[in-house]
Parts: sequence; C-alpha cells; structure tokens
Amino acid sequence: MRDVAIIGVGMNKWGELWEKSMRDIYVEAALLAIEDAGVDHIDSMYVGCMTSGLFVGQEHLGSLMADYLNVTPIPATRIESACASGGVALRHGFIEVGSGMSDIVLVGGVEKMCDVGGGEATYALSTAADQEYECYQGVTFPGLYALMAHRHMHLHGTTQEQLAHVAVKNHDHGSMNPLAQYPFKVTLEQVLSSVMIADPLRILDCSPITDGAAAAILCPLEMAKKFTKKPVVQIIGSGQATDTIALHTREDMSWLGATARAAEVAYKMAGVGPDDLDLVEAHDCFTIAEICVIEALGLVDRGQGGKAAESGLTALGGKIPVNVSGGLKAKGHPVGATGVAQVVEMVEQLRGEVGERQVEGARVGLTQTMGGTGGSTAVHIFRRV
Amino acid sequence: MSTSARYWRGIPQRYRLEANKCKKCGQTSFPPRLVCPACGSREFEATKLPQTGTLLTYTVIRVAPSQFVDEAPYAVGVVELDGGTRITSQITDCSLDAIRIGQKMKVEFRRIRAEGLSGIICYGYKCAPVAVQ
Ligand SMILES: [Zn+2]
Repeated sequence: MRDVAIIGVGMNKWGELWEKSMRDIYVEAALLAIEDAGVDHIDSMYVGCMTSGLFVGQEHLGSLMADYLNVTPIPATRIESACASGGVALRHGFIEVGSGMSDIVLVGGVEKMCDVGGGEATYALSTAADQEYECYQGVTFPGLYALMAHRHMHLHGTTQEQLAHVAVKNHDHGSMNPLAQYPFKVTLEQVLSSVMIADPLRILDCSPITDGAAAAILCPLEMAKKFTKKPVVQIIGSGQATDTIALHTREDMSWLGATARAAEVAYKMAGVGPDDLDLVEAHDCFTIAEICVIEALGLVDRGQGGKAAESGLTALGGKIPVNVSGGLKAKGHPVGATGVAQVVEMVEQLRGEVGERQVEGARVGLTQTMGGTGGSTAVHIFRRV
Repeated sequence: MSTSARYWRGIPQRYRLEANKCKKCGQTSFPPRLVCPACGSREFEATKLPQTGTLLTYTVIRVAPSQFVDEAPYAVGVVELDGGTRITSQITDCSLDAIRIGQKMKVEFRRIRAEGLSGIICYGYKCAPVAVQ
C-alpha cells in the first residue's frame, strides 16, 4: 500500500436547504474540496449516500454527481452503509489511492432529507434496521437507541442527566462552528425538559434531520506537496467492521462490537492507541450513542461512558475532546455526508484552521461513524505529517 | 410498505413463532437461518419458540412512523424468551408507567398495523407482562 494523504476538504452550511437541490449541495462541497486541494482534475470518485431513493426519488448517484461536477467519464461509485456511508466511502478512496489504482480521488457524501415530511423521514431512516423483525413492530431509530440507553442505564447506572450532558457539550462545541445546522448552546435544564421522543431519549438527545454534503480529496502522500502548501494530513489507520443488523441479537445490547473491532484494526494499522489521540469525531446520532462509542473506542472503560461528558473529559480543553465540530447533534446529520464531514473537521483541526474551537497542538485524531444501531462501522485515524 | 407476498412469507414466524434449531450445536434461530450463527452448521430441525420470557429493555415510542401514528404512544421492548432467543416486540396490556426491565412476559397474537388505506391488516406477536401472583 502507498501512504495516502488528504490534501483538500470542502463543506458548506448545513441545515434545511429548501432552495438547493441534492446535486447542487453535493457539487458545491466537491468544488470547495477541489479548490482547497489545488488539483486540476480527479481520477475517480466515491459518493457516500444512504437512501436518496427514499428521500428524493433518485438513485444512480455516481453518474449524476460525475455529470454535474463535470468530471465524466471518470469512474464514480455510490457507497451505501446506512449512516456509515460516508466513512465507508472514505475507506474505499483510501484503498483505491493506496493500491496505486488511482492518484487523485474525491470522496464525497450527501443526503437531502428535508424534502420529505417527518413520517417519511422516520421511515426512510428505519430502513437501516431489520425491516421484518424490528421495524414491523413499530420501532423507530430513536426507539432502537432508547432500547440501548435503557439497557446501559440498567447495567451501568447511567442517568438521564449524563445523557443530557453529551447534548450540552456538543452544542457548546457546535456554537463555535458557523457551518453547523444548530450553532447554539443548550442548557441541561432545556435538554431535560425537552419533549420525549422515545423514553428515555428526548428531542434534544437526538441529532436532527439535515440537508448537507461534504467532500475530501485524497492523493498519494509523496505527491501531496505538489498540490498544496497547507500542512498535509495522512490517513494512518482504517478499520471497518459489521455486527448483526438487529439489536436484539447482540449479547450486550449496550456494547458496540463493530466499533470496537474497527477501532482495534485501525489502531493496529496506525500503530497508535487511544491515549495517543488528541481529538475524536464520533457518531453521536443520539446522546447514548456517543457514550457507547467512546467505550468501544477505548477512551473510557466499558460501562463508564456516561461519566465522560459530565466530568468534562470529552469537552474542548478536556483530556480527549470528542465532537469539537458540534457532532451530529449540533452540526446536523445528513446521514451519507456525516462520515465525510467528520474528516473535514479532522483535517481542518490537524491543520490548525478552525479558530476558537481549535484543539491546541492537535497532531493525531480519530473519526468513527456507524450505520443503523451499529451494524456497520468505519474508523479512521489521521496524523499531521 | 410491504407487499402481500412479503407479508405472506413472514406468516410462519409472525403467527406461529416458527424457528429452526441447529442439529449440531442446538442454537435456535428466529427467523430460521440457512447458516447457524453459533457454529456455521447448515443442518436444522424445525422448532417453535416458547411463549414466555423476560423483558431485557424497553422504550415508549411517542413519535411514531407513519403506519403507527394512530397507536402512539406505545411501548416496544426486547424480550428474551425462555431458552434464550430474543425478539423485538410491542408491549401490550399494561400501563406504560408500569413497565420494568426484568418483568416476566408472555407472547400474544395481535393486530400490528393496517397497510395503508385499503391494504391488508397485518398481524403478529406482541408481548404482555405476566400478572404477578
Ligand atoms: Zn449451530
């Protein structure tokens, strides 16, 4: 494998983008990444997207996006792994550049979720769970994470207040990110008095429905300086893993086995461990998710994730800042774009470009994104060269 | 959003809890599988799930998917049936405030939902707490 660098990233403001089409949202992010990288062409493209068919009635995104980005006839491949689509797309770009098959690869992610109503969006997202043996019973995505939350509370004594602290922290971070959908702070009282969606998860425990895209440009590390004068960020580890699709078949329903496995593989490839990380972008689709993820990544002991946000461990300025971008919670969660947007934040952090939410001296960081209730996961580790 | 063929295929599981049991290691799979998740064997015998078990976790769905909007709020949980097989199921016949992890549960046959305005009525299993003696 060749060493692989990320030389450009791009992302626009996320939110309810009524005036923009899915293709325009994607092309805007892709153009920003191309400009940031200083490349004059791309050789291949991956598009992470979960379910454009259900959200806007459009599949075949490889062709659509290559066409509107004006890069035909390059190969362009749509990658689907539910909410992990963007992270898995990055892995495939990494493999393609690493293998020597292509030199300059654009990895993008997109989801246009706000064109449909709430019930349809709930249904579209639920297709990441087992349709026949979970969704048939009327369970929703917040519902499935609520099942994990109650199990975590039962086994480990995690509290609703501890869940709420994750939301407070990530909104604190997100208030410093102008591209976030909800760049404002929330108080513990606001989270704990917000409307219940699926007990014990309230609306402010949930990430929002978002339109958005993000993109990154990969190239061989040895070529990176030809294109960019900015600090170069290298992908030093990549792990991907699966778990059972139905939550109920997992021995411990509060443990993310695929995330633990993907992290183990990525740490090994990178030659680093949890203590070497300066920051983490984790898949906080719900507050309980961040708690379970930081356990699976080895940032805290198993069962101890609930205390992390409450104690300040995972806040900016803490021992291991998690989701300084605002996370899915405040930044938004256009599902196919999320894994790539984590990379945008990581690269800008490692280049020292993000202003007041900068993790001082950040050199090594990790991104983690997962599909469904954790049935698929992609973990990547990055280092400033 | 299921077709009648898709619904019909699920009837043995939804109406009768039909599962399969690995001939090699004894693991029960619900729904029946072609490859045993415990040992990789492909030899099975037919079995049915027990109809009593224990509640492992639950939630109350207050914002429902479109097909269940009229039912909300309703409870959903994971029940570990006697013998260890688990199902995700609605919890019925009890007050939403009275649900507790560890409760004994029994499986009931119930109406689950209607498929759209003129679609079929879908049936299946729900779980109810066993009254404490
Ligand atoms: Zn077996």
